[in-house]
Amino acid sequence: MKRHLLSAADLSRDDAELVLTTAAELRELADRPIKKLPALRGRTVVNLFFEDSTRTRISFEAAAKRLSADVINFAAKGSSLSKGESLKDTALTLEAMGADAVVVRHGASGAPHRLAHSGWVRSSVVNAGDGTHEHPTQALLDAFTMSRHLGAGKSGQSLDGRRVAIVGDVLHSRVARSNALLLHTLGAEVTLVAPPTLLPVGVETWPVETSYDLDGVIPKADAVMMLRVQRERMNGGFFPTAREYSRRYGLDGRRMATLQDHTIVMHPGPMVRGMEITADVADSDRSVIVEQVTNGVAVRMAVLYLLLGGSEPAVGGEE
Amino acid sequence: MSTTYLIKNVSVVGGTPTDLLLRDGVIADPADAPSDAETVDATGLVALPGLVDLHTHLREPGREDAETVETGTHAAAMGGFTAVHAMANTEPVADTAGVVEQVWRLGREAGYCDVFPVGAVTVGLQGERLAELGAMADSAARVRVFSDDGKCVSDAVLMRRALEYVKAFDGVVAQHAQEPRLTENAQMNEGELSGRLGLAGWPAVAEEAIIARDVLLAEHVGSRLHVCHVSTAGSVELIRWAKGKAAKDGTWDVTAEACPHHLLLTDALAETYDPIYKVNPPLRTAADAEALRAGLADGTIDIVATDHAPHPHEDKDCEWAAAAFGMLGLETALSVVQQTMVDTGLLDWAGVAERMSYAPARIGRISEQHGRPLEVGEPANVVLYDPAASRTVDPAESASLSRNTPYRGMELPGRVVATFLRGRATVLDGKLQ
Amino acid sequence: MPAHPHDTPSPGERVVLDERDISRALTRISHEILERNKGAADLVLLGIPSRGVPLARRIAERIAAVEGYDVPFGSLDVTMYRDDLRMKPARALLPTEIPPGGIDGRTVVLVDDVLFSGRTIRAALDALNDIGRPRAVQLAVLVDRGHRELPIRADFVGKNLPTSLVERVMVTLTGIDDTDAVTISATASEGGLA
Repeated sequence: MKRHLLSAADLSRDDAELVLTTAAELRELADRPIKKLPALRGRTVVNLFFEDSTRTRISFEAAAKRLSADVINFAAKGSSLSKGESLKDTALTLEAMGADAVVVRHGASGAPHRLAHSGWVRSSVVNAGDGTHEHPTQALLDAFTMSRHLGAGKSGQSLDGRRVAIVGDVLHSRVARSNALLLHTLGAEVTLVAPPTLLPVGVETWPVETSYDLDGVIPKADAVMMLRVQRERMNGGFFPTAREYSRRYGLDGRRMATLQDHTIVMHPGPMVRGMEITADVADSDRSVIVEQVTNGVAVRMAVLYLLLGGSEPAVGGEE
Repeated sequence: MSTTYLIKNVSVVGGTPTDLLLRDGVIADPADAPSDAETVDATGLVALPGLVDLHTHLREPGREDAETVETGTHAAAMGGFTAVHAMANTEPVADTAGVVEQVWRLGREAGYCDVFPVGAVTVGLQGERLAELGAMADSAARVRVFSDDGKCVSDAVLMRRALEYVKAFDGVVAQHAQEPRLTENAQMNEGELSGRLGLAGWPAVAEEAIIARDVLLAEHVGSRLHVCHVSTAGSVELIRWAKGKAAKDGTWDVTAEACPHHLLLTDALAETYDPIYKVNPPLRTAADAEALRAGLADGTIDIVATDHAPHPHEDKDCEWAAAAFGMLGLETALSVVQQTMVDTGLLDWAGVAERMSYAPARIGRISEQHGRPLEVGEPANVVLYDPAASRTVDPAESASLSRNTPYRGMELPGRVVATFLRGRATVLDGKLQ
Repeated sequence: MPAHPHDTPSPGERVVLDERDISRALTRISHEILERNKGAADLVLLGIPSRGVPLARRIAERIAAVEGYDVPFGSLDVTMYRDDLRMKPARALLPTEIPPGGIDGRTVVLVDDVLFSGRTIRAALDALNDIGRPRAVQLAVLVDRGHRELPIRADFVGKNLPTSLVERVMVTLTGIDDTDAVTISATASEGGLA
């Protein structure tokens, strides 16, 4: 039985399309007077956040509440990394509270995997971002947003043949990892664009193309996703200066002018305006950045419903 | 009087079955066996010289929650070892004559296995200034192996000085080869999998760059270098090259060790995110393991050393990044070597004796007592091993205080039936005595 | 309406309504809806997916033909309101499409293919409650096979079909299926089960 959503790789194409079609139905809820459904009445969803991420947490919180679940927010400031309560003890506490699902954000890659597979909890585990590993619900909401603008096929969810450029700090980006996997599953052609220092070792084995040349890639793209680049990466020697990074890999008005008419600009947020994206691009008609946030709630509702709504989950990974 | 053992019908280091008499701490002529000698039927068993580990973490003093000298030497005896070198990264660090003598004395008191303390190269393993190497060498513990293991002596000048300084007492510097800047926050072997798992990569070059530098330094100052836990194919290649040079020259020497887990396990295990597989240096690729086996077979890698690294449960029962590096090794080393080297035809039992007893004793300069041939008049340090047996590893059965074995649930060949330290059975019938 | 016996397409399976029977039943239901509500003003037809939706559309077409008035029609998915949601694996949602005018103050006619236990209709009433406040709710079904488990009845019935609990009633409708038919079989089969 499938119980967890830990990686975008857990989702088959059928699974992913089921999440997206379910999200499409749930998206309509936002337009109704009563934005609530009874599907998860009596179920408890715990948001376990070891890292601050207000936007992801409130997105999951809104999703769970709109499905009538009880929501417990657990901001565990000190992970065992900082010698606070250990992940295990926190998990045992949640188990004792009767959590049906644990939505976990953690700074350590693989922490949700440990939570799911160490026998500490029986609940479903949803990865809400782990270290530099994955962020599968972000990828789902990105794919959902793309499908609403670029989708084709019978279900309207197919991204077959669509070209997506993911630009920036791929090395440290869980968003890029999950998107590369999911978009490939959905049939899109992904190109990762970054300076060589910010592409992971072994990226040639990923189901993607890579490029160091932003200007060569974006005129052909149907969607351009800009990743956040922290200025501090400069200190790690990943690039010489913020200015040089912006010149070579930032999306500004001049580059935006080379995009096709239908091409959308995305950003998982939070943006570093002036670094990877200029304000005029972020606020332009092409930008679907605000819509991504709205879609995030619908996609997370779909994930929670499909994992918890029935006697057993309809999507997800392994045992 | 101690018990006299008449070991019947045993294959000595893989040879034709014969008898061995262990009397008064030495090997004696079986023809002289007294009538009250305890007979051990060793049909089908192989007798090896007591194993010598050049790389063990006994954790005492300081982390007695993970291991003590007593429990660690129990595990050593169960694994067929009669001598272990106890690494210096204790709390306090074994960087003074006082600490090394304490560890040495604890080993003598436990009596299961001779404990030879390794001295720290630098004060507090800080890599800043040399510890009192001479004082440790002159102490009752007679330290000859010096290592900051766990940390690399990364400062080239300090490494040069250490290599030079230990010449005065025929010491050896055992380097933990890990370029620190290239491995900041590193979690696992850098490769396709580390990129996918989002775990910070530990590039092979971080090990190889230090080895390359150190062999050049050893040549330059005409000293003796030992490379700890070689883990990459590139390192094997560098050491092979260096050994060729050293053999022609004759004024310097480089030796190297490989750990059982690097011979058998690969980085693919990290996919479980279970930190039971987290170790320093990290598990590498299958190609690296293959190169290590080949290097061990052709003598490029001189010895097998366990890097037995006990950790309490809570240090492994957590997320990968928060977990401690290291895995148990003493009780499974011989089985893993059988599986990877003997059963594959890469080594015979004489080769195993060389790499797990004779050579490590020579490198540690304890050859007068350990790593001796199983001949009349030699110290009765013997292990009886049943290569036809097999077992499923159960951590709960470990004699170690810790349970962090990466082989749990795996079926491994062979079983240590008995271990004799100077004629006294520390293990008999597979049970600690 | 008297039952018309038909050739059985396979052993154990019996067609009780064919294409023409269904067409006539829907025409009659359409007239009954108009009579009961004294015209089509303020009516909203909501089909319950899957097969209630094409039925609602066909009724809307008939009303338009008779009255010359386009009755708003849409669909109402009740999946999340089902009382057996937790008893089966999580199910895919089906479309809910409420006509632009909404349902507040209107007379909503729910349309479904088979009325059986009444649980689906109970779920639909709950679902409606979250969408708005109709003036009245009525129920039209193609087949009423009895065995109610809740105090629910249909206002408009295409055919009353006494069945045994072990029998299965299957409705196929063009647009979703190949043919228009209602069949009874002794065993489970693919298609619209009720």
